Amino acid sequence: MKIAIPIDESKTNVCPSFGRALYFLIADTDTGENTIIDNPATSSAGGAGIKAAQTVIDQNVKALLTPRCGQNAAEVFAAAGITLYQTVSESIDDTIAAFQKGKLAALQNIHPGFHGHGGK
Amino acid sequence: MKIAVLSGKGGTGKTLVAVNLADVATNSVYTDCDVEEPNGHLFFKPTEISYQPVSMSIPTIDNNLCSGCRICVDFCRFNALAFIAGKPVLFEDLCHSCGGCAMLCPKSAITEKQNTIGKVMTGNSQNVTIITGILNTGRASGVPVIREVMRCLNNKTGLAVIDCPPGSACVVMESIKDADYCVLVAEPTIFGLHNLQMVTELVQLFHKPFGVVLNKCTAEANPSESYCKNKKLTILARIPFDKELGEISSNGEIAVRCKPAWHEFFLKLLDIIIKEAGYEADTHNQR
Repeated sequence: MKIAIPIDESKTNVCPSFGRALYFLIADTDTGENTIIDNPATSSAGGAGIKAAQTVIDQNVKALLTPRCGQNAAEVFAAAGITLYQTVSESIDDTIAAFQKGKLAALQNIHPGFHGHGGK
Repeated sequence: MKIAVLSGKGGTGKTLVAVNLADVATNSVYTDCDVEEPNGHLFFKPTEISYQPVSMSIPTIDNNLCSGCRICVDFCRFNALAFIAGKPVLFEDLCHSCGGCAMLCPKSAITEKQNTIGKVMTGNSQNVTIITGILNTGRASGVPVIREVMRCLNNKTGLAVIDCPPGSACVVMESIKDADYCVLVAEPTIFGLHNLQMVTELVQLFHKPFGVVLNKCTAEANPSESYCKNKKLTILARIPFDKELGEISSNGEIAVRCKPAWHEFFLKLLDIIIKEAGYEADTHNQR
């Protein structure tokens, strides 16, 4: 099964932001194959969450492992039938391992988004 | 003549300056573009009030006609459309009403409908006409309301004083677009200076003649004043940090109607602005 994780510039760590993450890691848990794709929403003026979510669902993933997720992106994922899981580690490898062992809980905390207010 | 009053942050005294400037003019239109929280009308308490609704067009998608070609989704630069399970899904709050999706749809599956997002309130208070833009709670962008406010303003005569929203984003640009002169209100703090720099850059980008009103001035160092002096910006006036003035405002009263000294102060400020605007216009013509 294919899963996605937002990752930062190190390409080895989970990014604290979903919509503005620099890259997404697309991991195939069956084959162990990892691909890194750019997040075109990084430079988006508005609607970054939706664009980032679109990028992820276009990869035909079944799950997103993320530390947080905004409301608009969560709506896109819900409509696309993609499950969101809460990451607990910064390390990509630990995160994938925890997911495979069924140790990650569903993401509960969907924030209302920043929408141009820089964290208001 | 249109004077826009703006500042990089809230609470610097935009409304204080705008309301009092409008009130000392013989015939004026106070125009509140701070549509998320318009408060100038609380001072003027206008009568003979009328309302006009403001709507914006948003697309509606007929999924029976949609072929799932994705052209609309890829076109939308505001990311208001997502492509889920083979069909476009609209995120209304992000739509800027450009109409591009409906125009491009090869199956004519997208039509536009009107959505009410706010209203414009017009009323009178003595010699002042008060136009207030009001954005409905929960709406994302006030730009369409400000456009309607400006349309109403253009039907009126007299000196226009435009009370802008705080900051330097789209809503501020929309508010100063037609202004002949910009008044930047600044606080004597480092934070105030940072925000003054932002709006200074904005009005320069728009090639607007402008000057600065330094508000809440004390005997202490004033970073905003130092900035003006360094950059050779026009300082139009210095309003002292004055408890009585604060009290007048917090009681919802208009300073120039309460105290002759303030009337004199703002009349002088208005004269300076008109003179500056004329002077600037001349220098522009010579270029």
